[in-house]
Amino acid sequence: MIYFLCFILFSIGLYSILTKRNLIKIIIGISIVDYAINLFFILVGYRMNGRSPILEKGEEIERIVDPLPQAVVLTSIVIGLAVTALLVAIAIRIYEKYGTFDINEIKELKG
Amino acid sequence: MEHIIPLFVAISLATAFLISLLGSKFKFFRTAFPVISSAALVILSVLSIFLVNNNGLMVYKMGGWIPPIGICMVLDGLSSFMLLTVNLVAFFIMIYSINYVKKYTDVYKYFGLLFLMLAGMNGVIITGDLFNLFVYLEVAAVSSYALVAFGTGRQELEASFKYMVMGTLASGLILLSIALMYSYTSTLNMADIGKSLANEGSSSVIIFISVMFIVGFGLKAALVPFHWWLPDAHPSAPAPISAMLSGVLIKALGVYAIIRIFYNVIGSNIYTSRILLVLGTLSMIVGVIFAIGQYDFKRLLAYHSISQIGYVILGIGLATPLGILGGLFHLFNHSIFKSLLFLNSGAVEYSTGTRDLKKMGGLNKKMPVTGNTSMIASMSIAGIPPFNGFWSKLLIIIACVEANEYIYGLFAVIGSVLTMASFMKVQKYAFLGKLKEKWKNIEEVPFGMKFSMICLALICVFGGLLLLPEISNLLLKEASNAVLIGKEYVNQVLGSV
Amino acid sequence: MINNRDSQGMSVIVKTITRLTIGLILLYGVYILLHGHITPGGGFAGGVIIALSFIHIMLAFGKNVALEKLNQTWSKIFESTGALLFITIAFLGFFGGVFFNNFLDKGEHFELFSAGTILLSNIAIFLKVGAGLFLLFVALVLFKIGGRK
Repeated sequence: MIYFLCFILFSIGLYSILTKRNLIKIIIGISIVDYAINLFFILVGYRMNGRSPILEKGEEIERIVDPLPQAVVLTSIVIGLAVTALLVAIAIRIYEKYGTFDINEIKELKG
Repeated sequence: MEHIIPLFVAISLATAFLISLLGSKFKFFRTAFPVISSAALVILSVLSIFLVNNNGLMVYKMGGWIPPIGICMVLDGLSSFMLLTVNLVAFFIMIYSINYVKKYTDVYKYFGLLFLMLAGMNGVIITGDLFNLFVYLEVAAVSSYALVAFGTGRQELEASFKYMVMGTLASGLILLSIALMYSYTSTLNMADIGKSLANEGSSSVIIFISVMFIVGFGLKAALVPFHWWLPDAHPSAPAPISAMLSGVLIKALGVYAIIRIFYNVIGSNIYTSRILLVLGTLSMIVGVIFAIGQYDFKRLLAYHSISQIGYVILGIGLATPLGILGGLFHLFNHSIFKSLLFLNSGAVEYSTGTRDLKKMGGLNKKMPVTGNTSMIASMSIAGIPPFNGFWSKLLIIIACVEANEYIYGLFAVIGSVLTMASFMKVQKYAFLGKLKEKWKNIEEVPFGMKFSMICLALICVFGGLLLLPEISNLLLKEASNAVLIGKEYVNQVLGSV
Repeated sequence: MINNRDSQGMSVIVKTITRLTIGLILLYGVYILLHGHITPGGGFAGGVIIALSFIHIMLAFGKNVALEKLNQTWSKIFESTGALLFITIAFLGFFGGVFFNNFLDKGEHFELFSAGTILLSNIAIFLKVGAGLFLLFVALVLFKIGGRK
């Protein structure tokens, strides 16, 4: 059930990328897509009533959630950070050159 | 000797950060050092070919962890073949770049990003772990987004933004399919995934994952329904970067990953081959039809990249030994002649400052090296004997006929004829004919640029020699065998632990 | 030391609170960084927190004060050094036989100086991430100022 919520989130992001005309809104859409996927990956590793996968002194390892997706998603979040930063930087530069965030007015390349 | 395997990533990463640390202070780090470093990578990739030939498939355990637990790197025939292609093209592009990038500020950032991209590509090729592949793919992709925008003009920024949105979406789809794959098999090691897929048998989840992978990597490889970012992104980059993007990036990130996942991990079946055949043929025809109408030199070349990738995918999709051999050979040839053509367009832009074919004319008289090398590359891409493009296209068409897929063979011939037509147009408008008045005073490009163009042209001329039995056994046969063994890859990787 | 004299930045209240908390944030970052191998955290989280402390200064006192503490040239150098250090640690793994091998003494579990090279790697990652994130913020802020001209 909760997996479907991830896919709904994914679809919201995709909708935003496809229909919005503002560069910043597109960037937000990309971020939403990223988070939806990350959330899905985390959920893949979850188990019912599991505890966090941290080993502490004098504790035994039992009923922990899968730690691998968490490590993987951490990496994926870092990548998302880099991409978002680059997107924002490029969007700012585009605003500098074109004076607008509207993608209807930013179309010099075609053919 | 197996210790050279991680060096492909480590050397390029170390070079990238050394350049970014010291490049602004010392001239050495932004001229000679990139060339030396990429020369070392070429030598290592030649070494890796002999290594694979002697030892077969090799697995390198990072940090000494056993594969399904730790990350491993796998070197087989296909990897070493791709490594040679990538690093060879990168080497010539480094030499070319030294002169070309003088017009930009912050040259050291350019070389740093270029090496980061190279590290990403080498990593994608050499890794044996699915998520690791994704990380390297993103490293290569993010640095290529930045490199497309390197000129920071209006068009560059726009192209870069489009490319970035598409690239991020593609990466998202790939990550989603990796997540689904993990939920299905509980492992991320490619060989281990193959093993547990073989045990579990197929299900509808696998079909869903396959479709996601085809869309994701198809976006990276610019196959036709997913191609429309490429004609914007590739021409807008600086010429050496266009050569790198069109020449090797779409192959390492797209085609190589498709081959590895669909042939070695999931295992080929009739449906994926059929999909690849249709996508390949579509790309082949649509790309070349769009290309004919173009008058922007680099945009024309970018559309041809789509078309030629179609040939590669067609050959791979046939899944016969000859088809795969032809596809891989065409992949190598395309990276050589397409990077040569982009370097030619860069040389023309360097001297005349324009990319519009209509404004050029008779440049052969003033720029003989550029003119003649582009003539060689054009004949090579159009498939005229004895240049290398002819042999690989011939192999693909023969493979089509052998596999009783006459209709695809016919399309391949038609695509080849149309390619020839459009390159005759390039030659006629740009290099032949009468020299225009305003180009009276242009000069030939500097030595470094000439050197790499001539070397690439020589490879074009003698590329057909790779089919000689002795060399082919070393390089192409090994590569196509690595594809043909299919899921035997799983046993070889897990067996050598 | 930082003072409230500058007209730049936010109000006196914010500046005073920032002066009080900034050291704690920095210290917490260092703690997260150094205990990365035995508790949750590590180079990335520590680096982010330490970068946030500098960003905090920038938000409260304006960009000049923050750039006095850590200017762009130095953060660039730190960033590249961090990455190079990480690769060097990976290369040093060849002493243990394989690339990335944890060749140092592993020590006792749950001790500060245990787990071999992981602490060193965390420090390298901290340099890279902290300097990188700070630079990112500075770059975007300067961009914005450039765009408004």
